[in-house]
Amino acid sequence: MSPTNGLTIAVPRGALFAGTVDLLAGLGLDTEELRSNDRKLLFEEIGVITMRPSDVPTYVEAGAADLGVTGKDVLLEQAAQRPGEGGREVYELLDLGYGRCTMVLASKAGPDPAREALRRLGVMRVATKYPRIAARHLEETGRQAEIVEVKGSVELAPLTGVVEAIVDLTATGTTLRENNLVVREEIVVCTARLIANPVAHKLKAAPIDDLLEQVRGLPASGG
Amino acid sequence: MIHPIPSGTRDVLPDETREVRAITDTLRGIFQGHGYGEVYTPALEYESVLARADMAEARPAYRVFDESGAVLVLRSDMTVPIARVVATRYTSSEPPLRFCYFAHCYRGVRPQRGQPRELLQAGIELIGSPAPQGTAEALTVLCHALDATGLKDYRIGLGDASLFPALMASLRVPEHVRAGLLDALVLRDFVGLEHTLAGSGLSGEAAELLLDVPQRRGGPEVLADAPAPADEAVTGLRRVHELLEPGVAGRVIFDLGLVRNIGYYTGAVFDVYDPALGSPIGGGGRYDELLGRFGRGLPAVGFALGVDRLHIALAGEERGTGALLAGAEARLLDGAEQARRGVRVPAEDVTSTAGESPR
Repeated sequence: MSPTNGLTIAVPRGALFAGTVDLLAGLGLDTEELRSNDRKLLFEEIGVITMRPSDVPTYVEAGAADLGVTGKDVLLEQAAQRPGEGGREVYELLDLGYGRCTMVLASKAGPDPAREALRRLGVMRVATKYPRIAARHLEETGRQAEIVEVKGSVELAPLTGVVEAIVDLTATGTTLRENNLVVREEIVVCTARLIANPVAHKLKAAPIDDLLEQVRGLPASGG
Repeated sequence: MIHPIPSGTRDVLPDETREVRAITDTLRGIFQGHGYGEVYTPALEYESVLARADMAEARPAYRVFDESGAVLVLRSDMTVPIARVVATRYTSSEPPLRFCYFAHCYRGVRPQRGQPRELLQAGIELIGSPAPQGTAEALTVLCHALDATGLKDYRIGLGDASLFPALMASLRVPEHVRAGLLDALVLRDFVGLEHTLAGSGLSGEAAELLLDVPQRRGGPEVLADAPAPADEAVTGLRRVHELLEPGVAGRVIFDLGLVRNIGYYTGAVFDVYDPALGSPIGGGGRYDELLGRFGRGLPAVGFALGVDRLHIALAGEERGTGALLAGAEARLLDGAEQARRGVRVPAEDVTSTAGESPR
């Protein structure tokens, strides 16, 4: 049987791609085509499908993949905000350790414009690609905020005066520094997670547990 | 012109209705054949009445006021209304009582395939029959009903809602940590469970047990290896299993981590899985304390199937293209073959007998 025990795995393109492919290679999977062909989406012979990280929970929840790798940031953003609301119905099996990033609240260097806006105008405007994480964090810390959802470079929003602060994921802080932004608060540390479809977790218990054990046995990568 | 309908609801047209009817007629025949009488209850109930049950995640999502200002809710399941019926209309009837239903329930879920906000449930409630006999009867009716619809590759995940709390109690987990651990388990978040355990001050051995036990699932060997604190729940599951006929027993996957997100379950709980669908088709369990809250303390067990989900799974099996189906055959547990040999699947295929009810 193949190194992935015949399981289908959703692999995220982007920042987590290299770490995930290394992990699969560590399990003995032939990842050569996966590394070299970045247009192909479906690698049936090795049981891999590739997609953007935020789509991984969607495919795993639907059962198109038995397992998947995605960031904790994605899982938090798609989690239920209130009881009964219904988040993603997937198992979070393992913290894979790599792809370590921090979700931060940042604003322009100097006196904190967000604090100033909150004090004088009663509300701070926050740009983010993670509206639910941002809203939850600001609610939990008792601050009123107006969330501005953007799709592209979040750093642009405070520089142009659209908002006073941003909530974004940062690995090294380089982009923030280059745009004259400073981290004001660390919200949560995010790493890559192995997730599983709830039905596959029961019906394919043996191959999944076997693969988990192999992954645990690999030398740790990242932090 | 566009005249929208609320998110998570939909219109069902004749072709689909015919197929759905064939399924519900088949289920009704099996339920009634086992002595379960069909009931209807109002879709609207007083919130104060349903609030007697601990619905947790499945609490009613839609509320309206009546002309006198009382708060009404659209029912979110049929188990609680039937508990109310038993306590008010069957105050002195000799148990056990057997009811079945086919009814729409309403939940505030994120709408997706097989997860509408208005969902048609088919199910039974067996009132006044304790474990293990009552549980075994419910599982038997469940399998007979699914077999009759023509569903082939389904499995029943069987666990016990009291197992993890018992484990926490015997390992002396501090009170303030327990809710967090149970929440992580309900959210299927084993990483969160591990992190909470690491910060709980428990001994390494205890923490390892609390992380490992709920991940154990599979054949009867799962019960054999279970740790001592789980004895009571495990013995209960074993007794239920011993009472099952081979065709039903072969469908069972023991799952020591199974928790359902409805608060009123007390003992054995179960989910129905089919490789043609990425989420459970239905489930149920024992709710031995619910009836007492309505004034007639009787042990009880029941299950509900999502008719839409069952329909999707049947269609998926028929096409051989279900979610997890590709190559799934070889990878199913050993119980699979056993079950396939033990259970005669009726020749009629429900989804293709448009309009006629195969019995």
